[in-house]
Amino acid sequence: MNLILGGIAWILDPANQTGPNGWFARLAEQLGYTFGAVAIAAVIAIPLGYLVGHTGKGRDLAVSISGGLRALPSLGVLILFGFALGIGFKAPLLTLVVLAIPPLLAGAYSGFEAIDRRTVDAARAVGMTELQVVGKVEVPLGLPLLIGGVRSSILQVVATATLAGYIGGGALGTYIFQGAATRDYEQMLGASILVTALALVLEGIFALLQKLVVPRGVVAKEPQEVRTRSSRPRAAMGSPIREGK
Amino acid sequence: MKWLESNLDLVWELMVDHVALCVPPILLGFVISIPIGWLANRYRPSRGVILVVLGLLYTIPSIPLFVFMPIVLGTPLLSPVNVVVALTIYAVALMVRTAADGLASVDRDVLQAASAMGYSSWQRFWRVELPLSGPVLLSGLRVVSASTVSLATLGVIIGVQSLGYLFTNGFQRNIPIEVVTGIVATLLIAVVFDLLLVLLGRVLLPWSRGDGRQDARRARRRTATLVAEGIS
Amino acid sequence: MNHMFTAMKKGRLVAGLVAVGAVVALAGCASSDPLGTTSTSGSSEAAAGGPIVIGSQAYYSNEIIAEIYAQALEANGIEVTRQFNIGQRDAYLPALESGEVQLFPEYTGNLLQYYDPETTAKTSDDVYAALADALPEGLEVLDQSPATDQDSYNVTKEFSEANGVTSLDDLAAVTTPITLGGNSELQTRPYGPEGLLSTYGVTVGFTAIEDSGGPLTIQALKDNTVQMVNIYSADPNIKTSGLVTLEDPKGLFLASNVVPLINTDAATPEVTEVINKVSAALTAADLVDLNSQSVNDQESAEDIASGWLEKVALF
Repeated sequence: MNLILGGIAWILDPANQTGPNGWFARLAEQLGYTFGAVAIAAVIAIPLGYLVGHTGKGRDLAVSISGGLRALPSLGVLILFGFALGIGFKAPLLTLVVLAIPPLLAGAYSGFEAIDRRTVDAARAVGMTELQVVGKVEVPLGLPLLIGGVRSSILQVVATATLAGYIGGGALGTYIFQGAATRDYEQMLGASILVTALALVLEGIFALLQKLVVPRGVVAKEPQEVRTRSSRPRAAMGSPIREGK
Repeated sequence: MKWLESNLDLVWELMVDHVALCVPPILLGFVISIPIGWLANRYRPSRGVILVVLGLLYTIPSIPLFVFMPIVLGTPLLSPVNVVVALTIYAVALMVRTAADGLASVDRDVLQAASAMGYSSWQRFWRVELPLSGPVLLSGLRVVSASTVSLATLGVIIGVQSLGYLFTNGFQRNIPIEVVTGIVATLLIAVVFDLLLVLLGRVLLPWSRGDGRQDARRARRRTATLVAEGIS
Repeated sequence: MNHMFTAMKKGRLVAGLVAVGAVVALAGCASSDPLGTTSTSGSSEAAAGGPIVIGSQAYYSNEIIAEIYAQALEANGIEVTRQFNIGQRDAYLPALESGEVQLFPEYTGNLLQYYDPETTAKTSDDVYAALADALPEGLEVLDQSPATDQDSYNVTKEFSEANGVTSLDDLAAVTTPITLGGNSELQTRPYGPEGLLSTYGVTVGFTAIEDSGGPLTIQALKDNTVQMVNIYSADPNIKTSGLVTLEDPKGLFLASNVVPLINTDAATPEVTEVINKVSAALTAADLVDLNSQSVNDQESAEDIASGWLEKVALF
């Protein structure tokens, strides 16, 4: 308990708050990494995921890519990028982009796949072009799962952005590595509390967002087989497992 | 390449250490998550709280968690137990929601049928609920396995041997091939673990492989939903 | 697959057992691995006359010296357990004090400053003498080696020429801002930014790079992200990268010789004799050479250590 109080005291100490090495600035860097990496990853992964989800082609590849990337050790990847790009924000940012891709990709294609095929067929039957099918039916109906993917990837990246400190990339990890090297537990704990609190706040925002963007008519509930009533599962929305690091 | 030739023994030793570090948390995480997941389902109001709180454990940055373990547990500073316990915490954080969802995915009619056949709730759990939620549990376990194998590399930062050594050492000595070897070896372990789990699933859960196209389609859709649930 | 399995229930069972067996065997073989060589050995076992536990910093050069200690002891029939790569001083000294680790290659100046930040000792002999007094109960140092490996501040040749800087004393006259790069703990060390200000009146910024003066630190220096870096004096990169090590006329850095730090319980006459012989034979030039074999020739610590022991032929 004393340790936790020490960590909180560290956070509250004005000396640790302002200036280039204060946690206000480090927290902003952490957020910058998070949103920067997820935005870049989204530009790559979402169109790709939509393509896979719409055509059904390359699904196995997409699954293995998103599964395989998960086992990729971030520290090793960070160091490799570091060798190539030097210190600063670039290597950590790229590492985090790699990390952010799998949940986004999965969210995008599974969002499409979870849609009742009859709905898509109906859309075609009323004369929609393929583009209209994607834009007016699949994208809105796939939104809940996509937002789930975005949420997963943000939470994963926000915790892992601490690694940036390992190669002089700033953010909250700077305190953690220094604390580990000098046994400064209060600083370390203070920074960890900040990271977890940040994750909690982002989680809250996304839970809310997920509720808001679900189109009318999409059932928002835990996924389950509804076999007694229908032979096909409905598009379902769930909250993602939080993943971090 | 010179480095790789003269360090094959080291790589092998570290892989063995790495496996030793990863297996207990994966198994423990699985075993611990199931009763928690069951409890979460059993008492509806508790579900959200349990799942959210445990899920958030995953956002604790790993290095501080490793460092604080000896203080909390009273274990020696350099003991691998510190990393094992920390990785177990992450495994539980990842697994608990899947365990709850998996157990909840069992058709209620089937459960009632089991009760009607005279199963006690204890028997029903072991013979019906657990096996039928197997496919979902397995998909969660595969995620836990991959994540644990990757996270264990960070143990090196608190002096516990794992493949992460190749990262920090290669970093200082400017030997990219050493870092690459570490990444490849980590992925290799993850793939072998995954294959073993899939094999185990095929053997223990033969019904999870769809017999007809209809089932296959449904199973595929269900995994799709799960995948997007974050178990990608 | 499935049809085969459903058709042959027995086969399925057997295969299941095999798969379970494989997992268990994997776990079992892993945990029965001599984890002792790297991890689980506790203090009790060691104190009870088991193998001597040798540690090293998470720094390749330190690991080479630790490996030399280990091989030298083994050559003399003393059993050792290697527990290398244990973070920085603040992480491993508590483990040495508790006896979890018993023998450790250290550096006199840095170690003295850790236990006595206010120390005024500067020369090699003074530092060694002061160190003996400063160490806590239960720890002692054996003979120090003539080999030195101490922190040093380095700039690029271009920076040195452009600003006329060859010594830390010249830095105060530099008008452009200076950022110092080094491991994160440098920021809190007495010879870090605060020491530079109090001893030389120089204000510097700080960027943490956790590679102990490795490639990224040097790259950051070359591309001018940082202007001055902390590199250990035995690092071959200083020469290969053409860096200028700034002189330290006011003694910000203490002399820092390689010295074996040992838990008193483990300092038997046999161990002491073997390690003292090693220390006496290890020269400063040797150390740079050993490091170069690691960084430039990518040799393993094991081979480098055995090569050196062969060369000096002590045993």
